[in-house]
This record gives sequence, structure tokens and C-alpha cells, in this order.
Amino acid sequence: MSPKTTEKIAFNVLRAMAALIVLALAIVIGEIAIKGIPALNWEFISEAPRKGMTAGGIFPAIVGTMILVAGTIMLALPIGVMTSIYLVEYARESWLTRLIRLAVVNLAGVPSVVFGLFGLGFFVLYLEMGVSILAGSLTLALMTLPVIITTSEEALRTVPNGYREASLALGATKLQTILFIVLPNALPGILTGAILGVARAAGETAPILLTAAAFFLPHLPKTIFDQVMALPYHLYVIATQVPNADPKIPYGTAMILLMIVLGLNMIAVVLRSYFRRMRKV
Amino acid sequence: MIPTGEHTGNGIISIPRESLKKGESKKREAWYITEKLVEVMLFASAFIGVLTVFMIFIFLFKEAVPLLLNDASLATLGMKNWYPISDPPTFGLLPLIAGSVIVTAGAIVISVPLGVGAAIYLSMVAGPTVREILKPTIEVLAGIPSVVLGFFGLAVLAPEIKSLFDIPTGLTALTGALTLALMALPTIASISEDAISAVPGRYMEAALSMGSTRWQAIVTVIVPAALSGITASIMLGIGRAIGETMTVLMVTGNAGLLPDSMLVPVRTMTATIAAEMGEVARGSQHYHALFIVGAVLFAMTLAINLIADFIRHRMKEVE
Repeated sequence: MSPKTTEKIAFNVLRAMAALIVLALAIVIGEIAIKGIPALNWEFISEAPRKGMTAGGIFPAIVGTMILVAGTIMLALPIGVMTSIYLVEYARESWLTRLIRLAVVNLAGVPSVVFGLFGLGFFVLYLEMGVSILAGSLTLALMTLPVIITTSEEALRTVPNGYREASLALGATKLQTILFIVLPNALPGILTGAILGVARAAGETAPILLTAAAFFLPHLPKTIFDQVMALPYHLYVIATQVPNADPKIPYGTAMILLMIVLGLNMIAVVLRSYFRRMRKV
Repeated sequence: MIPTGEHTGNGIISIPRESLKKGESKKREAWYITEKLVEVMLFASAFIGVLTVFMIFIFLFKEAVPLLLNDASLATLGMKNWYPISDPPTFGLLPLIAGSVIVTAGAIVISVPLGVGAAIYLSMVAGPTVREILKPTIEVLAGIPSVVLGFFGLAVLAPEIKSLFDIPTGLTALTGALTLALMALPTIASISEDAISAVPGRYMEAALSMGSTRWQAIVTVIVPAALSGITASIMLGIGRAIGETMTVLMVTGNAGLLPDSMLVPVRTMTATIAAEMGEVARGSQHYHALFIVGAVLFAMTLAINLIADFIRHRMKEVE
């Protein structure tokens, strides 16, 4: 076989592999969209589950996920951004800096269920928060932290050094330079990271399984010490533990969850490419 | 306020002393203190990450130790079955570790060729239009929540596998491996692509000028040059697959026995924690046993991530 023929065959195999990936994604999303979209209507997203969750809507789960995610981002964003400012603007190469970086890398790799286990052991039991919105948000925040740190770091690094030098040359202090020059320029990137973090937190089940999620609640939570229903956990419960549920319900729930998470991802991607283009101009 | 100076004979601007007023220097001092305070605060936030990893470590082991001190339970850890609620309970870790390993291995066997293949295709073969489709596809795949993939596996894949192999249940290690492959794929593809794209263009040009075809250049020059990055991506893919919880919990059938093929139900470490932690009495042997499972899982993923990080750094040094 001539090298040219081998190349042709090899490239076609690669092409087929790439096509297979696109096909797999199309099947997963197609299946859920085809059976999920017909389930969506106003009643489904605005009412609570009825008849032992075999009928009705998923309103409390949607609200619960929003509350959890809001709490998560309120906790994770400041800490994440501050960490990345420290790493980019202040940290010198030392064993301490390496330790911090190593911790961030490892935190990103810790399995979500281990976060859940830690959240249960530390927040729920040791700090006596109970299974609550607070404990769940804290657990999710720790899990989201690496996403926000990495993207913010990248955003801060794309701010040209000339900006910093110009600001310092004009007599601004380091902090003034960071606050008035670096941060505003890095804001779009940081925002992208925050949205990606929100998307990740909204779709996670294992960390809230043990720290925040309720099987069924007839009413919405009143304080941050209450349990909540959440979309991913609700999907898990409906799919595995309510055998006689209307099949439309899990598909509809999966569809809503997909729409939220992928919608957020898409916003992040669009924002990122928009701001990249702006920077080039 | 900017002090105004006047030229002295030798061209140096001398600043009149009185223009550096007392208030001015106090303001400066206040800024200086703020600067230092903020730096300390920033450092404290950065240290939260370190603290968290440390605390996870401490808490997992603190809650695991009581079982290690109980001789009767400790002796069961090496056994071949996980029957935590029988009397006396057996906490054999082997079937759980075997379950995690078999599902992860299956997922990796599927996702490595596909992921690396897609990465090579994306960075070396595909035209801009194809790239515009494939890259977002991989990003979307990475964004699908694990519970949604688990639901897909449960509702669609499991019945297919059941009828295809004519077995009593479709909830098997294979079903888990297939869904997990979808989760590991984006990690492998995107990090491999970064590594391949980072190989300098002159490598390809040199190989082509020696008369090789593009494919020969890819196999003999480009992939070897990017090998450490590709290896790191595979390690991270393994880490992702072994730590994945909801998908395997929903599709692998959760039988606590040593698996003898891909077509039997298995129980992974992650699924065990997720399924049993909610119902266990705090402080019981079972409770502590689940923390041991968590500690083993944590140690495994930590090792995998450290190795991946090490490989990636070595790759950067080579460049």
C-alpha cells in the first residue's frame, strides 16, 4: 500500500471517529428533546408535583436549583476572583505558591461525591448546619472554585502588561492599578468563568445529594437552613425511585435541566468569543 | 496633588519640600496600609483552596478511622463481598474497587481512541468549517449534567443492551462504561488537542520536506512530540471517569459482587457512597465504612491528578 493510500484510509478513519462523536451527542440530545419538549407547558414549570410525584410540575425543583446556584456563586465568585488576583498579581514563585496551585489542580479533580461526603461530614454534621441550602451552597461553592479560579486567572493574564506599567508610571499604586485598570479589563473573562461555574453547579447532583436536597417538599424553602428540591436530584429520584411516574415527567425535567445548563454554557461561549474579537480591534 | 517642581542647573527637577504636605503623606500611609491589608486578604482567599484539600483529607480519614480500630469490621475489608446491612456485616472493598476499575477501564478503552482521534482530526486534518462544528460539539458534550446522561443510559441504552445481548438486565458494567465514555471523551479530546496544537508548525514542515505524507508526519513526529500532553489528558479522563457518580449509580445495577464480565451489574465506589450514605445511621460501622470508601476514592483520584499534573509540567519544560 502506498503511503498516500494509507493516509487516505487513516484520515477517513479519523473523520469517522469525529462523526461518531457528533452522532452520539445528537442521539443523546435528540432523544431527550423529542420526548422532553412535548412535556413542557406552563403547568409543568409552574406547579408542584402531585400524587406522590407521579403527576404535576417541577416548579419547586426549578426554584430550588436557582436558590442553590445563587448561593454558590455568591460564595465562590469573590473567593475565586480574589485567589486568581493573588496568583496573577502578587504571588512570587515559591513553595507556597506552588502549594496553592497544586491545591487548585487537585480540587478540580476531587470526585463530586467526595465533596458531598465532605460537605456532610463538615458542614452538615460538624458545623451543625443540617441538610440545608447553606450546607449545599457551601459544598457546591468549594466544587466550583477551581473553575472560577482557572478562568479568572486566564482573564487576568490576558490584560497586557503595558496597561499595568502605564498605570504604575502615572503614580497609581498597585492596588489602584488592579482595581481601576486590570479588573475592568478582565471583567468579561471573569464573567465567562462565573457563568461556566453556575452551569456546573446547576447540573451537579452528588454534592447536594447528602447536603441539601429533599426528596419532596410541598412548599418552597423559607430560610437558608431549610432543605430544597433541586432539578438534578429530582430527575434522579423520578427516574429511579418513582416507577409509576408519567414518563413525560423525567423527560421534561431532563429537558429543562439541559436547557438551563447548555443555555448557560452557550452564553459563556458567545460572550467569550465576542470579547475576544473586541480585544483584537 | 501633583507637586510642581522647578529646574535646577543640572537638569534635575527638585520638588519644593512644602508641597509634600502633611495630609498628603498621611493619605499615602493609609493607602500603603490598605495595600498590605488587601494583599493579606487575597492571600487568605488563595489559601482557602489549600485548606479545603487539607480538610477533605482530615475529615475523610477522621471518619474512617473508627472502623480501622474495630477488629471485627477491619477483618472484613479484604473480603469479596459488600454486605453492609447483613449480620454480621461485611465491608469487602474489593468488589467496589473492581466495579470502579472495570467500568472506568471500559470507558477509557472507548474514549481514548475516539478522543485522541478527534483531537488529531481537529488540529491536523479538519478544515475550518468542520472545526466550527466539532469543537462546540465537544464543549456541549462536556456540559451535559451527569444525571442527564445517567437518565439517558437508564431509559435508552439499558433496554438496548438488554435485548442486544439477551441478558436479564441492561444495567451492566458495559452500560456504565458507554455512558462514562461520553463523559471522559471531552476531557481527553480537548486537552489532547491543546497538546497537539502546541507542537510547533516547523515540525510538520520539516517532516513534509523530507518527503513524508501528512499522516506519516502525524504518526512519527507530531503525536510523539505531543505524547506527554496526550498522556496527561488520558490520566485526567481516567480521573473523571472513576470519580463520576450519578451516571454509574443510575446505570450499573449496583450489585456488590466481584464482576466476572462486562455484562453483569457492578457497584462502583462512588455509587455506593451516594446510594447508602443517605440511609445510614451516623456513627455506625457502615457509616465509617463509607468514609473508608471515600478515602480510597480520594487517594486514587489525588494520585491520578498529581501524575497528570506532573506529566503536563514536564511537557511545558520540554518546549
